[in-house]
Amino acid sequence: MTFLKPLSIIFACTFAGELMRYTIPLPIPANIYGLLLLFFLLVTKIVPLSSVESTGNFLIDIMPVMFVPAGVGIISSWKSLSSILLPYIAILVISTIVVHSVTAKIADVIINKKR
Amino acid sequence: MNDFFTQSSFVGAVMCLAAFLFGKWINKKTKLPFLNPLLIAIIIIVAFMLIFNVDYDAFNNSAKYISYLITPATVALAIPLYKHIALLKKHFAAIIAALVVGTFSGLLSVYVLSLLFGLNHEMYVTLLPKSITTAVGMSISEEFGGIVTITVITIIITGILGAIIDEPIYRILHIKSSIAKGLGLGAASHVIGTSKAMGIDEECGAMGSLSIVVCSIITVIASTFMSGLI
Repeated sequence: MTFLKPLSIIFACTFAGELMRYTIPLPIPANIYGLLLLFFLLVTKIVPLSSVESTGNFLIDIMPVMFVPAGVGIISSWKSLSSILLPYIAILVISTIVVHSVTAKIADVIINKKR
Repeated sequence: MNDFFTQSSFVGAVMCLAAFLFGKWINKKTKLPFLNPLLIAIIIIVAFMLIFNVDYDAFNNSAKYISYLITPATVALAIPLYKHIALLKKHFAAIIAALVVGTFSGLLSVYVLSLLFGLNHEMYVTLLPKSITTAVGMSISEEFGGIVTITVITIIITGILGAIIDEPIYRILHIKSSIAKGLGLGAASHVIGTSKAMGIDEECGAMGSLSIVVCSIITVIASTFMSGLI
C-alpha cells in the first residue's frame, strides 16, 4: 500500500489545519494552516519528503479539475452579475494584468540585478 | 432530470472529469491559450445544465466530492515549496518585495476601478479578494459583507484569466526567469495559476505555491483597512 501513508499524512495535516482554524481566532482558512504545517514537518524532517511526494504530486496534478464545480456555480450568480457585467469584466481583466505584471516584473528586475 | 441528479453520487463528478478531458483535448489540438481546459469544461457543463434544466444544487450534490479535494491538494503545495527552499532563501528579498508590491497594486486597482465604475460597498468587497485562494477569499468577502457565491466565481474566473494572459505579459515585459513567472502566476491567479506554473517547471510551481500563502496573508491584513474605503 504505497499510497496509504502519504494520503494519511496529507489528510491529517488538512484536518489539523481545520482544528487550528477552529481554535485560532484569525481569518486564516484551514488550507493555509495545513500547508504551513506540512511545510514545517518537511523542513524539520519529521515527515520525510519521500513519504508524501507521490500522493502530493498526484493531488497537485489533478487540481485544475477540482475547480469545475465552483466555476459552474456561475449559473446561480448570473442574475446579480448580468447587471454589472461590463465593469465586472473590466475590473477582473485589468487588475489581474496589474498583479501579474507588477509581481513578475519586480521579481525579474531584482533577480537580474543580483546576477 | 433533477431527480436523477439528486439520486446519483457520481454523475456530477464524472461530468467534471469528462468535460475537463475534452477541454484538455481541444486545448492540445488548437494550441490556443484562451481555450483553457477549465474554462471549456465549465462552459460545456453550464450549457448542458441550461439545456436539460438541471439545478446547480442537484449537480453539486455529486460534483462536490471533486471540490472536496481542493483543501488537501492546497496543503500538498507545501511539497514543491519545500523542494525549492534553497531558491526561497537565495531570493528572499526579491520574492517578498515582488509579492507585497504586486498584491497591493492589485488591491488598489480593484479599489480605483470600483470607484470609477461606481460600485457599491457590497460589490467592491466581493471583488477585493479576487486574486487569492478560494477559502481565504470567501472568508474575507463574508467578513466585510460581500456576496460569497460571486466571490467564488470571481476567483475562478481570475484564475483562468491569469493562466491565459501569462505568456503575452512575459513577452511584452521581457520576463524570462521561472521564479518571476511563478510569483506572477501565484499572486494573480492563486492555485489555478500555480497549477499552470507547475507545467512550466518545478521552480516556477514552487514560487506559485509560495505566492498563494504570502498573498493570502497580505490580502487578509490589507483588507481590514481597504474594505472600508467604499
